[in-house]
Amino acid sequence: MNDKSETIVIEHPHHETLSLPKYIMGFVFSIGLTLFAYSLATHQSYSKDFIMGTLAVLAVVQFVVQMVLFLHVGSERKPRWKLAVMFLMLAVVLILVGGSIWIMNNLNYRMTPQQIQQYLKSQDSL
Amino acid sequence: MSEVAVETLQTPHDEAAATEKTVVGFWVYLMTDCVLFASLFAVYAVLHHNTFGGPGGQELLKLPYVLVETMILLTSSFTCGLAMLAAQRRNKQQVLVWLGVTALLGLSFLGLELSEFRNLVLDGNGWRRSGFLSSYFTLVGTHGLHITFGLIWMFVMMFYVAKRGLTNGVMKRLTLISLFWHFLDVVWIFIFTIVYLFGSRGI
Repeated sequence: MNDKSETIVIEHPHHETLSLPKYIMGFVFSIGLTLFAYSLATHQSYSKDFIMGTLAVLAVVQFVVQMVLFLHVGSERKPRWKLAVMFLMLAVVLILVGGSIWIMNNLNYRMTPQQIQQYLKSQDSL
Repeated sequence: MSEVAVETLQTPHDEAAATEKTVVGFWVYLMTDCVLFASLFAVYAVLHHNTFGGPGGQELLKLPYVLVETMILLTSSFTCGLAMLAAQRRNKQQVLVWLGVTALLGLSFLGLELSEFRNLVLDGNGWRRSGFLSSYFTLVGTHGLHITFGLIWMFVMMFYVAKRGLTNGVMKRLTLISLFWHFLDVVWIFIFTIVYLFGSRGI
């Protein structure tokens, strides 16, 4: 480790990339997006589907804003391990949440409560 | 890399590289924590209509109250960033002030959340009432537990900053706690949107 550092050019350490404008921007955007989402949700005239879609988009936008401006994603040097791990996390999360909702809805759709009762009864008698 | 090795490294180059390694390692922990929260979100998504004849989110969750909680947590994330900026300028006094403000905001968030839980339980809507409430308490409670540990860590860091000053070791830990705190804010966005905003419309 000590030998290596003689030969490589070192740039700024991680924490020197912080800047006040970034934090202020992140704060203002977060507050704005939260208030906007809140006002949409409390507005009774919009349909459920519209609310669900817009709020989901707003949450994702705020996720990106905070990841970039507060958690400094994308500002690291190559190799970008943090970014790689984050994309792996996103893939796992999508499979986990999407898969659960999909399969449970499917199960719900294919089996009414009556059918479940009948099935359980048939299992009891065995 | 062991703690001792980090502290005894000679050149600033090595220290920067070591800090970066630690940050990446901590980042991997944060991302796996995301997966933990994702599984709780999945459980909530599957169970949240199963109210077992009891009240659902539309009846139970008070939006204005949660909006205040959210604003407090967002502000604490910002003040945590201000603490890091002060640390970058090596201004010990300001670091302590902003960490203190962050901790106070965190404490008030936690207080509001616990009083919300208390009211639910006292009204007979505890976690044993229905699948919806079980998954609600597990998801929101796990976030609250993270906040609690973050607060303990923050008080420990304030003690370290006051006692040791802004040494490299302290700076590294400050970087980690700030990542942790910002991360909890990110998780809360999704709790706020999915549990509270969606819940208020019966989605």
